[in-house]
Amino acid sequence: MENKRIDEATGTETVGHEWDGIEELNTPLPRWWLWTFYLTIIFAIGYVIAYPAIPMVSKATEGMLGWSSRGQLADEMTAADLARQDFREQLAVTDLNKMTADPQLLQQAVAGGAAAFKVNCVQCHGSGAAGVQDLGYPNLNDDDWLWGGDIESIHYSITYGIRQPEDNDMRQSIMPTFDGALDSEQINAVVDHVLSLSGKAEINPQGEQLFADNCAACHGPDGTGMRIFGAPNLADAIWLRGDRREAISSQILHPKMGAMPAWKDRLDPVTIKMLAAYVHSLGGGEETVVPVEEPAADAQGAAEGGADSDGPA
Amino acid sequence: MRKAQQKAGLTVTVQPDPEQLYASRKAVHNKRIDGPFRRFKWLVMFVTLAIYYGTPWIRWDRGPYAPDQAVLVDLAHRRFYMFGIEIWPHEFYFVAGLLIMAGIGLFLVTSAVGRAWCGYACPQTVWTDLFQHVDRFVDGDRNARMRLDAAPWTWGKVLRRAFKWLIYLTIAFWTGGAWIMYFADAPTLVHDFWRGEAAPVAYITVAVLTLTTFTLGGFMREQVCIYMCPWPRIQTALMDEKSLLVTYKDWRGEPRGSLKKAEKSPGEYGDCIDCQQCVAVCPTGWDIRKGPDISCITCALCIDACDRVMKDIGRPRGLIDYATLEDCKAEAAGEPPRPPWKTLLRPRTIAYFLIWGSIGMGLLFMLGVRSHTDLTVSPDRNPPYMLLSDGSIRNSYTLRLRNMESRPREMEVALEGLPGGLMWSDTIAREDAARTQVFTVPADATLPVRAYVMAPADTGATEFTFRLTSLDEQRESDSVVTGFTAPGEQ
Repeated sequence: MENKRIDEATGTETVGHEWDGIEELNTPLPRWWLWTFYLTIIFAIGYVIAYPAIPMVSKATEGMLGWSSRGQLADEMTAADLARQDFREQLAVTDLNKMTADPQLLQQAVAGGAAAFKVNCVQCHGSGAAGVQDLGYPNLNDDDWLWGGDIESIHYSITYGIRQPEDNDMRQSIMPTFDGALDSEQINAVVDHVLSLSGKAEINPQGEQLFADNCAACHGPDGTGMRIFGAPNLADAIWLRGDRREAISSQILHPKMGAMPAWKDRLDPVTIKMLAAYVHSLGGGEETVVPVEEPAADAQGAAEGGADSDGPA
Repeated sequence: MRKAQQKAGLTVTVQPDPEQLYASRKAVHNKRIDGPFRRFKWLVMFVTLAIYYGTPWIRWDRGPYAPDQAVLVDLAHRRFYMFGIEIWPHEFYFVAGLLIMAGIGLFLVTSAVGRAWCGYACPQTVWTDLFQHVDRFVDGDRNARMRLDAAPWTWGKVLRRAFKWLIYLTIAFWTGGAWIMYFADAPTLVHDFWRGEAAPVAYITVAVLTLTTFTLGGFMREQVCIYMCPWPRIQTALMDEKSLLVTYKDWRGEPRGSLKKAEKSPGEYGDCIDCQQCVAVCPTGWDIRKGPDISCITCALCIDACDRVMKDIGRPRGLIDYATLEDCKAEAAGEPPRPPWKTLLRPRTIAYFLIWGSIGMGLLFMLGVRSHTDLTVSPDRNPPYMLLSDGSIRNSYTLRLRNMESRPREMEVALEGLPGGLMWSDTIAREDAARTQVFTVPADATLPVRAYVMAPADTGATEFTFRLTSLDEQRESDSVVTGFTAPGEQ
């Protein structure tokens, strides 16, 4: 620009613009700044060579160092797994029932289980493991268990799932529909009887007879259920699908039965063990019933382990 | 640019050089001096350095559950030990209180005896003094050091400098090394440190402190006091005409004249013979005869120097002396000197002392009556409650039982209120549910307990109390009111 001139006060050249008499000095960059700027350019060249940088058609240039964010994640995951290696190995060889005897191991297992629960189980059972009332997702904190609340039963349920036709070992049972088999008056009588088991209705002799004929095979003569079939206890205060008359009659006419995926092919055995330990620790876990043929010493050990850090039986 | 200017045919008016705002440092080569204040400085230096280097090595038996180091900041376990006192993180207000006391203590000292902290006890002063003694030991006294400074870099000078800096570095290293001893068991740490097994942060800390001590003590010295430290600047606001300063009594000293001049024309000159000894001994290079300044840390070495000269020439001591501006005024007017306690006991010093003392007494009182147990309760919010199969309602709580004694203690947790309520826990089976449960809390630790509280079916949402009682002769107790959630009203 032609209007460039040297400013008298500072001896610096102006840039040549002028706005209402205000001019701008063309002060050169400080040396250190300039050199830092050149250094960043040199660094950037090195960076482009060393790391993935230039986008190509399908992917970016790979860089001499072979770094990738996926690779870094994989390394970090491997490192995290390695850090837990000892614990996982120890847990893998520990018998389910002996787990409770080692408070430190159990604590780690419960913590690991809690994390796995948050990823895999909360969708149905809720983040507090309280299930969804009246919709058939059981509360895992309480002392009412459909298929058994000792750690082995819980482990089995998680491993093989419930009513998922993938494996012969899964938990399976069917409640037949009584639509057509019983008329509405009979169904009302059965509902009366079922409610009377927990003192919510008057005793109904007709219903008692019908229950004995049709229901007692699975739910037991006194209605306390049978865990081998996953038949719920009808005499307690906990109702998986509600204790309203309509809810109970609907269950008799068109039974809904809960299903749970088998986790043995989705999770590794150690994670399943940790999940079992976590669910067992929620406050409703029961002690494993020790088979009769086991030596007395072992039974005592298990009992001690249970008293140490087990949930209440 | 010159070319461009010529091309453009412009005339350039050259401005005169602006006044220089930057002055390069003049090295201070202070002269050796002996006298009462110098001896006092030696004493303070010895005591403060002994405290700094020695404290971590004092042992203090706290029983088998706590470290036996008298002063220890145990960051890993979040404990601060100081002789018989152990402070937990939640009691950090004790540390805050100590820091407030330290701050007000500086005010108190400043109002009573001026910049005594700067002159005697400040680490920067103590280490600068130490390094200046190293200078004197390696290079000789003031004149020798000035000559050496000006001398060309011969091999002899290089060797001498290398030797001196090696001593600097050794002192700096020991200073950094002593610092980390406050944060871990000292004998173990020394062992680990030399075997290369100590934590990286230990090496980094030692390296940083070695570097700062080497730089600040060996090279920056008085510049830290004059330019970097905020305290002298705050002090200037705390000073008044009653503050004790190192003062050159100009009404007695001026006009200055050498002994010869004074002999030639008696009566014309003051007591100051302009021997420059006060400047020669000053560790910050200040000339006290110019008056008080931020550079004067009131170390009183110039008093020692001047008194010695006055004694030699048979004039009364105290041409340079500790005095307040008020004293100076009175003395210049020929009034008799005031007793020193009058300088010390003034409303301001007494007020500072009372504030300082009451904070100290308050801290001591709180330390004496603080409880060594504590209970916190956090109710589970998800799920807030649940039904049990017999219809009763269960709530879950996480209790934290804190035991601040260095021995395991039995503690009882009891339910107060909540009729029919029973409690069990993750370690106590439901068959043993009761209204009180006993837990053994490990020494010097907090025990987390998952507590389950069950109440009969007809219980509504209500409040109740967890009461913690230590089952020992202290019977210390703490209670927390918390809620019991039940179905029904939301």
